[in-house]
Amino acid sequence: MHINEIQDQIVEEFEIFDDWMDKYNYLIDLSRSLPVIDDKYKTPEYLIEGCQSRVWLRADMENGKVVYKADSDAVITKGIISLLIRVMSDRHPEEIINNDLYFIDKIGLKENLSPTRSNGLVSMIKQMKLYAIAYQAKAKKDN
Amino acid sequence: MNFDINKIRKDFPILGQKVNKKPFVYFDNAATTQKPFKVIERMNKVYRETNSNIHRGVHYLSNITTRDFENARESIRSFINAKHDHEIIFTPGTTSGINLVACSFGEKYVSEGDEILISALEHHANIVPWQMLCKRKGAKLRVIPMNDDGELILDEYEKLLSSRTRIVAITHVANSIGTVNPVKEIIKSAHRLAVPVLVDGAQAVQHGRVDVQELGADFYVFSGHKMYGPTGIGALYGREDILEEIPPYQTGGEMVDRVTFEKTTFNRLPFKFEAGTPNYTGAIGMAAAVEYLKETGLEEISAHEKDLLEYGTRRLSEFKELIMFGRAKEKISVLSFVLEGIHPYDAGMVIDKYGIAVRTGTHCAQPVMDRFDISGTIRASLAFYNTREEIDRLCEAIEKVIQMFKQ
Repeated sequence: MHINEIQDQIVEEFEIFDDWMDKYNYLIDLSRSLPVIDDKYKTPEYLIEGCQSRVWLRADMENGKVVYKADSDAVITKGIISLLIRVMSDRHPEEIINNDLYFIDKIGLKENLSPTRSNGLVSMIKQMKLYAIAYQAKAKKDN
Repeated sequence: MNFDINKIRKDFPILGQKVNKKPFVYFDNAATTQKPFKVIERMNKVYRETNSNIHRGVHYLSNITTRDFENARESIRSFINAKHDHEIIFTPGTTSGINLVACSFGEKYVSEGDEILISALEHHANIVPWQMLCKRKGAKLRVIPMNDDGELILDEYEKLLSSRTRIVAITHVANSIGTVNPVKEIIKSAHRLAVPVLVDGAQAVQHGRVDVQELGADFYVFSGHKMYGPTGIGALYGREDILEEIPPYQTGGEMVDRVTFEKTTFNRLPFKFEAGTPNYTGAIGMAAAVEYLKETGLEEISAHEKDLLEYGTRRLSEFKELIMFGRAKEKISVLSFVLEGIHPYDAGMVIDKYGIAVRTGTHCAQPVMDRFDISGTIRASLAFYNTREEIDRLCEAIEKVIQMFKQ
């Protein structure tokens, strides 16, 4: 499925919620389905430090695609991460690097991503793209 | 004086609004306080009617602004009962005041092998400047420990004090958990060894009467914006004799006496420490805040806030999932807690949706969090314009948080 089709799918899922409470409850549910990073990787090396909540992120290259695993100590953050992974994980590096993440804005969670919230998510998106760039460069070199 | 809460709330235009469709509740007063009309209008008047740089012009408006600025200094002096006007230095805020002392006092009096004493309750602003000074000079930073209730262990303090101690820098009230330190006793012990003491009063002056002479403080620093005044302005009180002895901090205009390319002599106190154009509008606004506090009555403010803290502590203790940090016998205006198994950030997000502003995280006091082995707390910090009803609203929000996140 194209990366934007998944984004549209998520936007549609969120359309049924009238208020923030339902959205947050859904994010709490999603947080439980996150492909969680193994505890042994919860080290400073994989930590994306936010002032308020912490996020760990790891990326592996599997069959030419970047696969992300992540975790956070805050549940809402974790729920949003699971959406990011649904959109970005298991894709070719080019798709990840060139995509525009419009779904966050459309589902009304942009406030959660503003840099002033300093919850590690902005840095996480940046880090996800950096991993993709690094794997792309590595693939080119190997070829 | 009459303490009429409804009238007081009307003095603060920001309080009347709705946030997230709910009446706004502001419980982040330890971060910054809201401003009464009196302060806003006073500053407005400077910009509309009298703005001119101070101490320089001979012209009409410059004279008026200079007079208002120096009157502001006198207001601040009287507010903390300093002996002389020139013992009040205007700074950009508490952090700047501490940096000034760490640099100027440190330059003159701290050398290799010396020790600087701080406490386990300090805000980063009263840790890092001393850490940097120690690094520059090869001195050592020692820390007065606290007990599980968040009170300093004074016996340990006495043991740490020695002939190597050059200065004690201590907070009057802990921003993270609200402990009121026995600064008078702390100063007395230090003075027995002729060690000067800097008191960080950022969380103290807005809650009750402070008398620097009675305390015996050598330096006392605080910020305008945490006492209902503007941001970007604060005051450093320093005892005249010490301020005379230590070198200037920043240099430039206004603080000089005579400049040639070979040599510069410095202006007298307080101007020696006020390089460049000071924030005179801020100083005048800060003095308006002092006036407002005096009119409202510091005793009445203390009494109302004490009632709120007791009520809040009692109401919050009804939640069995809630763990309160900071249970000092002497405590003011801060309710700092965690909800078992729930990240403070998650809680804060939901509380915000109820139109309630609290702070979550480490409150710029990571060593305090480390001491309790937690990643952060939810902090509701109270001011005299808050009410019991607002605390009830916070409790409703907490109930919802527990319901949503408890697994």
